[in-house]
Amino acid sequence: MSLLQLDNLSVTFGNFRAVDNISYKVEEGEVLGIVGESGSGKSVSSLSIMGLIDFPGKVSADQLTFDGQDLQAMPEKQRRKLTGSDIAMIFQDPMTSLNPCFSVGYQIMEALKTHQGGRKKVLKQRAIELLTQVGIPAPESRLDNYPHQLSGGMSQRVMIAMAIACNPRLLIADEPTTALDVTIQAQIIDLLIELQRKKKMGLVLITHDLALVAEVAHRVIVMYAGQIVESGPAAEVFRSPKHPYTQALLASLPESSSGKARLEALPGVVPGQYDRPQGCLLSPRCPYAQEQCHKVEPENQGPLDRQVKCHTPLDIEGRPAA
Amino acid sequence: MSTSQNNALILNAENLKQHYHVKQGMFKPDAVVKAVDGVSFTLEKGKTLAVVGESGCGKSTLGRMLTMIETPTEGQLAHLGQDLLTLSKNEQASLRQKIQIIFQNPYGSLNPRKKIGSILEEPLVINTKLSKGQRKEKALAMMAKVGLKEEHYDRYPHMFSGGQRQRIAIARGLMLDPNVIVADEPVSALDVSVQAQVLNLMMDLQQEFGLSYVFISHDLSVVEHIADDVMVMYLGKVVEQGSREQLFENPQHPYTLALLSSTPQLSPDKRRQRIKLEGELPSPLNPPSGCAFHGRCSYANDRCRSETPLLGKAEEGHFIACHAVEENRMKPLAVGVA
Repeated sequence: MSLLQLDNLSVTFGNFRAVDNISYKVEEGEVLGIVGESGSGKSVSSLSIMGLIDFPGKVSADQLTFDGQDLQAMPEKQRRKLTGSDIAMIFQDPMTSLNPCFSVGYQIMEALKTHQGGRKKVLKQRAIELLTQVGIPAPESRLDNYPHQLSGGMSQRVMIAMAIACNPRLLIADEPTTALDVTIQAQIIDLLIELQRKKKMGLVLITHDLALVAEVAHRVIVMYAGQIVESGPAAEVFRSPKHPYTQALLASLPESSSGKARLEALPGVVPGQYDRPQGCLLSPRCPYAQEQCHKVEPENQGPLDRQVKCHTPLDIEGRPAA
Repeated sequence: MSTSQNNALILNAENLKQHYHVKQGMFKPDAVVKAVDGVSFTLEKGKTLAVVGESGCGKSTLGRMLTMIETPTEGQLAHLGQDLLTLSKNEQASLRQKIQIIFQNPYGSLNPRKKIGSILEEPLVINTKLSKGQRKEKALAMMAKVGLKEEHYDRYPHMFSGGQRQRIAIARGLMLDPNVIVADEPVSALDVSVQAQVLNLMMDLQQEFGLSYVFISHDLSVVEHIADDVMVMYLGKVVEQGSREQLFENPQHPYTLALLSSTPQLSPDKRRQRIKLEGELPSPLNPPSGCAFHGRCSYANDRCRSETPLLGKAEEGHFIACHAVEENRMKPLAVGVA
C-alpha cells in the first residue's frame, strides 16, 4: 500500500482550476520531486493534501488516501489530528512562517503538546532533542530566542524541527531552500535527506530548481499549468525527457548551453486564469505543436511509472514521434 | 584614452572600501562594519564582470558604490579614466547617466502608480531637454528593443508578469544610453524559462550597444554562462578573482570550491565532491581575526587564525587570498563524484 495516493485531485477557485486532475502516489522512504514554474499548481496541490485550502477553494478527488485512510471521508477532527503529526509540511519562507510573537521553544512545544501532550518538562526536553537533531548549536539557549534573532538557515532548521516533532511518516517540503544561500541550501537539503533516510519518511520535495531534484529525488513529477505533464524516475526523466515542456525546461538552464551561446528559452509564460488555451495547455508555446494539439487535450501515455501527457511524446533523441 | 579602442577600460576601481558606523549604545564606542573592504577590479568595454557571494558579503554594497548611490569611505573609482569621487555635484549627475542599475526584484523596483510610459520617460525628463513627442518616441523604440509591445505603453506594472517587469526595468536602465549596467541579481526572482529569456535579452543588448555589465549574483550556473571575469567575495573581501575559465576550471580558494560544490548539478558527471561548509557567514560586526573564512574552512591552521591573507597572484589575471593555497596545503579534489 502506498503511503499517500491521489487520484484525479482537482482544486478549483471559482471557475479557475489551479490543479487539474492530478494523480500520483508516494511510497514509504521515497523522495518525490515536484518541479514546475510558478503558477503550475505545485504548492496548491500540496496544500490540498494538508487540508489547508480555504473557501472559496474547493478540493475534489476520486481518491485521496494516506496509509489507506480516506482523508476526504474522515471527520474534520480526525484529519486535524493526522495533519501535523503523521503528515507534516515545511513552508517556503522560514522568516514569515514562524510566528514572530512567540519564542522558538514555545512554537515547537506547541506542536508537541497538541499532538502528543505531556508535561512541560518532558516537552522541553524533547524540544531540545529536536533542535539538536536539526543541527542547531547550543539548543538550550536557543529555546528562548524569537524568530527575528535567527538567521534564515537557522529559522529553516527550526521549521524542520517543528515538522519532524511528531515523527511524521510523510513530509512535504515546499521550496524549503529557495530563500537561502547555496551553502546553506546544501546544509538544509543534506539534513532533510539524512532525516528522511533515518526515519524512513516519504518526502515530497517541491521546487523549481531542477538540478536540486536531479540530485536527491528518486522519482520526479513535472507540472505545467495545474497538470502533471510527465512523471518517472528522476534520472530517466532528466536524461531523456519525453514531454516537450520538460525538454524546454532543461534546455533553458544555463548549464545546458556552453560558452556565451544564447539560451534556449521557451517563449511566453504559463497560462493563467483567463488565457487557458484549448487542447494541450502547452500548445501555444510548444515548438512541435500540430493541429490536433490545439484542439484535443492529450491523454496520459506510457507505463504507469513513466507517464507523459502529450500527443507526440519525444523519443530518446528528443524528437517528437511521428 | 581613446574610446574607439576595443579593449578600452570603462571602469577602474582600486581598493574600494565602504565602512559603516553602527551605534551600540550610549557608553560604548561605535562599531565599524566593513561592508566592502578593499576591492579592486577593472572592467573593459563589452565585458561582463560577475560578483559572487552569499548574502551579506557586500556585493550589493559594491553595486551601490559603483552607481554612486553611496560614496566609498576610501579608494578610487574611475570611469573612462575620469575619477568619479572628486567630481562636483553637477558633473556627477551627468556621469550617473552612464552607469545605470537594474535591481533584483522587479515587483518592488517599479512604481505601481505610474504607467510604463512615464516610468521609462522619467530619466529623460530629469536628464535631457527632449520634447514630449521625442521622449515618447524614444521610449517606444526602447520598448521594442526589449521585446515589449507598443500597447504596453499605457499599462501599469501590476498588469505584467515578472519577466516582463524585468524587461521594463532593463529598458529604464538603458534609456540614457549608459555604457555600464550594474545588474543586482537581475534573474534570481524569475522562473528558469523566463530567466533564460531575460539572460538572452541582456546578452543581445550587450552586443548591440557594447554594454559592460557588473553582474551581481549568487547563482553560479548563471555566472558561468554570462561572465567574462568573476570575483568571489566573502565578508567584504575578495577571496578569488580571475577569468571565467580560471575560476570554473581551476578554482583554488576553499570558499570558491565550497560554493561550486554546493551548487546542484543536473548531470551526474559534473557533480563535485561535496565540501560541507559548517555554520554560516559570521557577523560583520564582529568578524573573525585573520582570514574571515577560517571558522568554516577545513584547511585552517594557526596562521589562518591570526594573519589576514592578502590577494596574491597565482597566474596571469588569477588572484587568490589564501594561506593554504600559498603554502600548497590543499588536497586536490575530484570532479564527477556524486
